[in-house]
Amino acid sequence: MKRCILVMAFFMTLNTAMSQSILYNATKSEFSFFSKAPLENIEAKNTRAASIINTSNREIVVRIPISQFQFSNKLMQQHFNENYMESEKYPYATFKGKLNENIDPGKSGTYTVSANGVLSIHGVDQNRKLTGKLVVGENSMELETKFDVMLADHQIEIPKLVFKKIAEKIEVNASLNYSPFKK
Amino acid sequence: MKLMADSNEVFVRTATFKATRIINGHSVETVGKNNMDFIISHRFDRVNRGFEEFFGLDAATNRLGLEYGINDRLMLGIGRSSFQKTFDYFAKYKLIRQTSGASNVPVSVSLLGGYMIRTQNNSPQLSSYDRSNYTAQILIARKFSEAFSLQLSPTLIHRNRPDIFTDNKSVFATGIGGRMKLTKRTSINGEYNYVLPNQIDDSYTNNLSFSFDLETGGHVFQLLFTNSFGMTERQFITETNGSWGSGDIHFGFNISRTFSFGEKSKSNQ
Repeated sequence: MKRCILVMAFFMTLNTAMSQSILYNATKSEFSFFSKAPLENIEAKNTRAASIINTSNREIVVRIPISQFQFSNKLMQQHFNENYMESEKYPYATFKGKLNENIDPGKSGTYTVSANGVLSIHGVDQNRKLTGKLVVGENSMELETKFDVMLADHQIEIPKLVFKKIAEKIEVNASLNYSPFKK
Repeated sequence: MKLMADSNEVFVRTATFKATRIINGHSVETVGKNNMDFIISHRFDRVNRGFEEFFGLDAATNRLGLEYGINDRLMLGIGRSSFQKTFDYFAKYKLIRQTSGASNVPVSVSLLGGYMIRTQNNSPQLSSYDRSNYTAQILIARKFSEAFSLQLSPTLIHRNRPDIFTDNKSVFATGIGGRMKLTKRTSINGEYNYVLPNQIDDSYTNNLSFSFDLETGGHVFQLLFTNSFGMTERQFITETNGSWGSGDIHFGFNISRTFSFGEKSKSNQ
């Protein structure tokens, strides 16, 4: 009997934990980068990124399909995929990390957050600390972040001929909307 | 995290060829939405003209072309060749795109329809009907690897009035073309157009071309050798009379420059 109650209590706590939801996944996302260059500005947008935040162990994972970056100049998009990112060989850019701050999805507000983890672009891993702004709302979270990617850090080669056209540092902006993960 | 593993992302295989032409003939590629390609092509005279004609460089034909992408699948193009003062108009539609990932499509297929008219004054003067020709092509290509792509192009060419009256008006041919990348930005292309037998005069030969492609930013340069002088389908598929064996080879080039008319990037940063 005692054991029975214990088991019931266990399931009840599990239940409440489930209803509070510890996993949040991104239902809407936008990654963009902009690079000012003398000849032609380089700009692209990607709305196909996937991401999950685990609010209990503070893990965050982001995965961006490289070939889904949309450029207005399609030849530039082709070069981006073929020559620079080699997206058939390295289809995704990922970030796997751990938030340094505790997140309480029950407490609404705006928080400055940071995460340490591994940023993988073009098949090259880099340990990075990324910072951002997290807006916790009712049953939703919004993450905004801005970070720089040094092309050399990820072995993305620029041919000498077009050196002037492409910045060596690319600024990436991201905004992600999270909601509780439902199976 | 396991949730991320089961991907439903579909990857479209892009850049089967670098340009909208393999060499003379069309590739499966179209110009992207709101993008315009300006193509300048030259074919010099035969290299076996010798030193006096500077191996053919003294004389040349050219074609100027403008191509525009209505959307990412449909493009329209116009061109004007100095050879026979030919105007050409075409539409190309990307019907099927090669994909991998969640959905697996092995080939890309594009459809091409073209109309050409010669405007050179001939005597006797021919009617515009007699100077008109039509092209229909099914372009089937597969990008086997990052470096190697191959295309088959079954072709129908209809000439209202062939230059040799015993020729068939409608001619069936098939093109085969491929490209092999040497580096990320250079490749070697080959193209052969086979005309099915007993349709055209024996004095005509099949078109065979090789090119070296170099791409820099917004430009694609193709340096090429071919046995054909003209650049419209009627001319290079059904009316080529040069033979590689006897050195009737033309040096030439295509230069294409892409402009984009999409939403202008906001320079507000």
